[in-house]
Amino acid sequence: MARAVTTRRKIAYTALAWIIGLTIFFPILWTILTSFKTEAAAIADPPVFFNFDWTLENYAVVQERSDYMRYLWNSVALAVGSTVFGIIIAVPAAWSMAFVPAKRTKDILMWMLSTKMLPAVGVLYPIRLILIETGLLDSKAALIFILMMINLPIIIWMLYTYFREIPGEILEAARMDGAGLKAEILYVLTPMAIPGIASTVLLNIILAWNEAFWTLTLTTIDAAPLTAFIASYSSPEGLFYAKLSAASTMAIAPILIMGWFSQKQLVRGLTFGAVK
Amino acid sequence: MATQHSRSAARVMMAPAVFLLLVWMLVPLILTLWFSTLDYRPMRGTFDCCEGLGNYTRFVTSSAFLSSVVTTLQLVGGVLLITVIGGILLANLLDQPIWGQGVVRILVIAPFFVMPTVSALVWKNMFMNPVNGLFAHLFKALGLQPIDWLSQAPLFSIILIVSWQWLPFATLILLTAIQSLDSEQMEAAEMDGAGPISRFYHMTLPHLARSITVVVLIQTIFLLSIFAEIYVTTGGAFGTRTLTYLVYQRVIESQNVGLGSAGGIIAVILANIVALVLMRVVGKNLDA
Repeated sequence: MARAVTTRRKIAYTALAWIIGLTIFFPILWTILTSFKTEAAAIADPPVFFNFDWTLENYAVVQERSDYMRYLWNSVALAVGSTVFGIIIAVPAAWSMAFVPAKRTKDILMWMLSTKMLPAVGVLYPIRLILIETGLLDSKAALIFILMMINLPIIIWMLYTYFREIPGEILEAARMDGAGLKAEILYVLTPMAIPGIASTVLLNIILAWNEAFWTLTLTTIDAAPLTAFIASYSSPEGLFYAKLSAASTMAIAPILIMGWFSQKQLVRGLTFGAVK
Repeated sequence: MATQHSRSAARVMMAPAVFLLLVWMLVPLILTLWFSTLDYRPMRGTFDCCEGLGNYTRFVTSSAFLSSVVTTLQLVGGVLLITVIGGILLANLLDQPIWGQGVVRILVIAPFFVMPTVSALVWKNMFMNPVNGLFAHLFKALGLQPIDWLSQAPLFSIILIVSWQWLPFATLILLTAIQSLDSEQMEAAEMDGAGPISRFYHMTLPHLARSITVVVLIQTIFLLSIFAEIYVTTGGAFGTRTLTYLVYQRVIESQNVGLGSAGGIIAVILANIVALVLMRVVGKNLDA
């Protein structure tokens, strides 16, 4: 039974919630709006909101001057690459821990989590050195590996919590019917695990896309993704608000949309299953 | 029951993940530990052994260390205060029956998906700039003197930017927790005459206690290593140098690897103290 609510109260709550929601969203909205302004309109005083001459020029300029597509491609390669490799390594591990738990499973899971908590800066120099010595500094391969490693504990944990929700009775029934390990995985578990794997993939692409410690410290040109591209605007010359906005809008739009689809998984993934 | 066969298969399936994580954790950490005992400054070509704990003493006794710890605590504490209190209030508001709840939720969560360099630069230029920023326009419209946020109130400005990024996280998790609260119990309390404030205080808050703990601990882990927001706004100037940033400067900018590595190990130890507490909380959930 829902509690009876007076309409007046509902109006008040709705108004308040919308005002706060729009305030929080405003910086993003403002960035998107500014990306369609001329540089002069972008710094107009008083600020203009919708009544300006809309232009797509900034997007063209950003692409032309800085080869935006290359950074975009690097971002895609790093995010997708690290997620795919992470999933390939994590699925078997999470599967075995969820369905064949041993005495030490819990300890292993906790230890994996603990590697995530190592402050990156503590190991920055050795990793940089290793990459320089092997000629892999500023290479996509190295970044894909590093992003995979920093997200691997989260991937394993998320998959583990999803896999654990698959009822064990189904597995027993399959075994009774004579299904071997391979058949069990292929025909019983995989179909049930796909939604969990999909959510994990989504969340990890978001995390890898936005990662901004390793991508800023280990790339210069060749492997630099959008995080580094945007950072290059921190010491600009001349008028640049509209161009910064256009570059920013392009950098956040795909992830914003993916993020909205993954709200629920976000909670589970980032709390390591502690809040569902 | 798992058979012997499936047990050994399980071990094989776990091996790559365990092996990679082990290498990933141990190799750089051991190198850092080793470097921390050396006088290692690549730019000057020094690579001399046996500093002992000299780097540690030098790092800890430098005035930069103490102020960086204070800055870190202020940053983490400030962001936690804003996001946790804001998150509790906002989550409760979003739990009320409102029109367009789904849309408001989407608006509120959005900042979490904005990459750190974008949010820092957008705030720095388009809001906090003393001439062309929106805050400057607003101050002028109100007849006030616009301020240069990032040089006059640098730490507060960074706290504001980071809080904007993390408020959605706290709100989302606390909202998920609130929605799992038994509504019949709430109704019973309401019928027994408990007002909204006493219901919030005696029922909602205790129910949220564990989620709040989780939010605080996870945010602490992430906030301790805040980097990009400082890198693109102040570059560590004006008293915004956190421990993470100090170590970065020692190692990369001044290329004093021995000293920086000692700082890195200290950062690892401090983060591990927080991590231990977090793992206890998360670990309890495994048994449930």
